[in-house]
Amino acid sequence: MTNVQSLNPDHEPVFGDYIALMKPRVMSLVVFTAFVGLMAAPVSLHPVEAFAAILFIAIGAGASGALNMWWDADIDAVMRRTKLRPIPSGRTTPEAALSMGAALSGMSVVMLGLAANWHAAAWLAFTIFFYVVIYTIWLKRATPQNIVIGGAAGAFPPLIGWVAATGSVSIEAILMFALIFMWTPPHFWALALFMRSDYDDAKVPMLTVTHGRPSTRRHILAYAILQASLAVGLAFTSVGGLIYLLVTLVCNVIVVKDAVRIWRRDEVDAEADDFKVERSFFKFSLFYLFIHFFAILVETLLTPYGFGGWS
Amino acid sequence: MSFHIDSAVHKKRRSQNLGVAICLVLFIGLIMILSLVKLTNAGPVEGYDHAPRPTLTEGASE
Repeated sequence: MTNVQSLNPDHEPVFGDYIALMKPRVMSLVVFTAFVGLMAAPVSLHPVEAFAAILFIAIGAGASGALNMWWDADIDAVMRRTKLRPIPSGRTTPEAALSMGAALSGMSVVMLGLAANWHAAAWLAFTIFFYVVIYTIWLKRATPQNIVIGGAAGAFPPLIGWVAATGSVSIEAILMFALIFMWTPPHFWALALFMRSDYDDAKVPMLTVTHGRPSTRRHILAYAILQASLAVGLAFTSVGGLIYLLVTLVCNVIVVKDAVRIWRRDEVDAEADDFKVERSFFKFSLFYLFIHFFAILVETLLTPYGFGGWS
Repeated sequence: MSFHIDSAVHKKRRSQNLGVAICLVLFIGLIMILSLVKLTNAGPVEGYDHAPRPTLTEGASE
């Protein structure tokens, strides 16, 4: 972490600036996947306990987002995608992000332990530690596999939701984790292929820079195949069913087909059509997780009426 | 003695203060409801100090 510009003297931080520190868009995915993990679990919580569990998982995710913005303020300032965040734009200070992130991290872990169970709280604490210390502080600027490692942190919420309900980890929770884990790298590598200057300017070792763009294209294909295998495998567990199987087959045919097209193209082809295939892959992957987790939710909600699941 | 009120700063910080106040009230409300749910679902509470617990003695006599 290095010093960044200080607070804009004409701007008094407003409440929304502190909300922005928590990365609300990332939080929305966390809330949704944690909610599905909790709902799909075979043990049901009281609605108030379930609401509290999801809320504290979301606050934990937001706290780690604030700590990430505190540490990464210097590189956020040079990337187009992130330079309007509260710290680089001078709307709040790195110290405020650190205080808020640390306080909310502790509060969310303790409250999740009290609202649900301490096993789920331990997973939340580990997730925050993993995202902030292992990913943000240690490995993000040290290895081109940074996206793979960061993806793991973002993959924990459905597992935490499941553990909040059941008190233990199971194959379904692990597969939901693995699906998000495998989805993250090709999603960001496709972005890096057509937003090339951003990560270069920030000196973040993206695969596109360290191993070259042809290697990145091969990586996208390999991860897309693994992602598809895991997504289809999830269909044959207790959270899957016929509806989920059909949805995942359609989605993964699209993903693997686009990944093969990305793998077969070179830079001349890509630049000729302004990275049309890479952009299409990225846009579809924005909806990919939502569609999958929504299908799991539909299976869960239909099960009491005899339609969901395999039974 | 009267307090000097810097109205410009107070106005600028109104959103911040209001947001924090609302969050705290909601947090307290959630803790209250959560406590109520936990206590309601915890089964019968046995408030017997320095005395044998009725359920234990009932179990022993059977």
